[in-house]
Amino acid sequence: MTVRTIAQALNDALDLALGKDETVVVMGEDVGRTGGVFRITDGLYQRYGSGRVIDTPVAESAIVGVGFGMAIAGMRPVLELQFMGFSYPAYDQIINHVARIRNRSRHRFTAPMVIRIPFGGGIGAAEHHSESMEAIYAHIPGLKVVAPSTPFDAKGLLLAAIEDPDPVIFLEPIRLYRAVKEDVPDGWYTQPLGEARVETEGSDVTLITWGAMTKEARQAVTALAAEGIRAELIDLRSLVPLDEEAVFASVVKTSRAVIIHEAPRTGGFGGEIAALIQERCLYALSAPIQRVTGWDTVFPLKRSEHHYLPSVERIVAAVRRTLEG
Amino acid sequence: MFQILTPSGALAGTAPLDLVMTRRLYRAMVFARTYDRKGTSLQKQGRLATYAPFEGQEAAQVGSAAALHQDDWMVATYRDAAAMWMQGYPLELLFAGRTGDERGGSPPDHVPVLPPSITVGGHMVHAVGLAWAAKNFKDGRVSLTYFGDGATSEGDFHEAMNFAAVFEAPCIFFCQNNGWAISLPRELQTRSETIAQKAIAYGMPGFQVDGNDLFAVYQMTLEAVIRARSGGGPTLIEAVTYRMGPHTTADDPGRYRRSEEGTEWARRDPLERVRLYLSERDAWSDSWQAQIEDEASAEIDRAIGLAEQMPPLAAGEIFDAVFEEPTPNLRRQQSEAGAGLK
Repeated sequence: MTVRTIAQALNDALDLALGKDETVVVMGEDVGRTGGVFRITDGLYQRYGSGRVIDTPVAESAIVGVGFGMAIAGMRPVLELQFMGFSYPAYDQIINHVARIRNRSRHRFTAPMVIRIPFGGGIGAAEHHSESMEAIYAHIPGLKVVAPSTPFDAKGLLLAAIEDPDPVIFLEPIRLYRAVKEDVPDGWYTQPLGEARVETEGSDVTLITWGAMTKEARQAVTALAAEGIRAELIDLRSLVPLDEEAVFASVVKTSRAVIIHEAPRTGGFGGEIAALIQERCLYALSAPIQRVTGWDTVFPLKRSEHHYLPSVERIVAAVRRTLEG
Repeated sequence: MFQILTPSGALAGTAPLDLVMTRRLYRAMVFARTYDRKGTSLQKQGRLATYAPFEGQEAAQVGSAAALHQDDWMVATYRDAAAMWMQGYPLELLFAGRTGDERGGSPPDHVPVLPPSITVGGHMVHAVGLAWAAKNFKDGRVSLTYFGDGATSEGDFHEAMNFAAVFEAPCIFFCQNNGWAISLPRELQTRSETIAQKAIAYGMPGFQVDGNDLFAVYQMTLEAVIRARSGGGPTLIEAVTYRMGPHTTADDPGRYRRSEEGTEWARRDPLERVRLYLSERDAWSDSWQAQIEDEASAEIDRAIGLAEQMPPLAAGEIFDAVFEEPTPNLRRQQSEAGAGLK
């Protein structure tokens, strides 16, 4: 066990994967010599060389498309796109090819690859650097979409994603990269995709979230506890596959659900979860499902981003609305 | 423009193939033309979905594919059936794809050919990745990708060429410049005088070749393949040819180009000049022509029969190849589709 941040846990996972499997390569802009814009790949270039940790020209579509060709030929590329806003130039490759080759060839060709994308706001970055557009990936048949929020999960989920036979969009919460530390095992372990984590058990209301919003949700649980409200907090960890049963079990128990995400509300993944809950457990509900989300606006720049990001206060207020019913 | 065999069947250089191989590739071109004309005819009968004919491009496809080893990667488009067939892609699967069946995209394990790309341009970067993997595994393979003049305007053309050159990927970029991207003529596609010259900017060799000249195409591709295989990196080849037919069976070229153009290009037909060359050397006869046409017809009819006999995918089967294992959500939807669990 070593105390690690999410950034360190991810670095450790990549180090283990490169060391264990010669077909694994890490590829992206600035991932080599400088260790990545967030230093997630720090030291790997020095350890494994330019053939395994590959600094590419600035071309996201080619990073994904070339990685796709490598994967078809039997390599295991772990690609980094520097920010979610920079993943859109690669979206054509992801949606038209990466997600579909298994179906297009009826399993003859597959693309086991991981596309790491730092996502989310709260660090006062430039435009395009704070996006939370996970729904546009979760919407695409053939992609798995994972979003850890703790160091333990970050490492275990990344190793599981690298082992996975299908392409995985691996979303890393920028704001939490160095904000949380915990004991993380030193060796290889995997955290299976599609298993939610019940972080806090409670009986009055279910909070459902993922990624960086787990932080505000956790603080909301503490604030609510001070008022005697026992909230259950679920970190989905993966949107595809989705651990629907964990959500249903919790909502049946608490009869109230608040979904929290940073992404814009309309078309956000919270809508899908709300729909699933009402399809499966409408009669267990004591109150309408609430969503606490980013607004349907462009993500604001540094001086205004606090207007956008869901706050502890907004989460607590949403919980109160479910209790009024 | 590099040329070895003139339209009249005369040599303007040294033939790179002996008579046995020339006859074999001529036969392949006859095969390709027969396949292509059947494709259009079957589409008109409603037996195929939209079909994209390649008549006029037989030498470009057969000549280039002939320069590959059996295990070299090929990443081609919806207009490259002749090249894919040359590289081992079964005819019945080519037809199956065109009938609208995903299983047409699933060649046998030993066939290193990706299903044809339907989007324009995006597949070129895949060829670079395959070439990269070949270099990584040191398995001696190269990768060849086909695309048209229109695809050179796509951003992925630039990204693929740049990556291939920077990383010295053993990749051959084979452009069939057939003059038209649906309705847009070559001269409105790019202000570059040739497509081959674009290679200069990427720091790789680029050559323009008479795409209707089997010998020139073969020779130029072979040189590129040898260069790639020996660590010399990528090459861009521009094969100048002509799309004799419409873009697809849904297209009407009469709306945008003069029919005289086709008449002019018919005089530069890729099959006729090889026929003249062989005939001059007593290696062609009417009876042999009739024989290979009959063989082609019979084999193609057999393949169509096989494709049409495949029962369509059942409702449940469309869920089977999204992931290796369907997610719980997919299983539920599969069940909802009335298909039961697999």
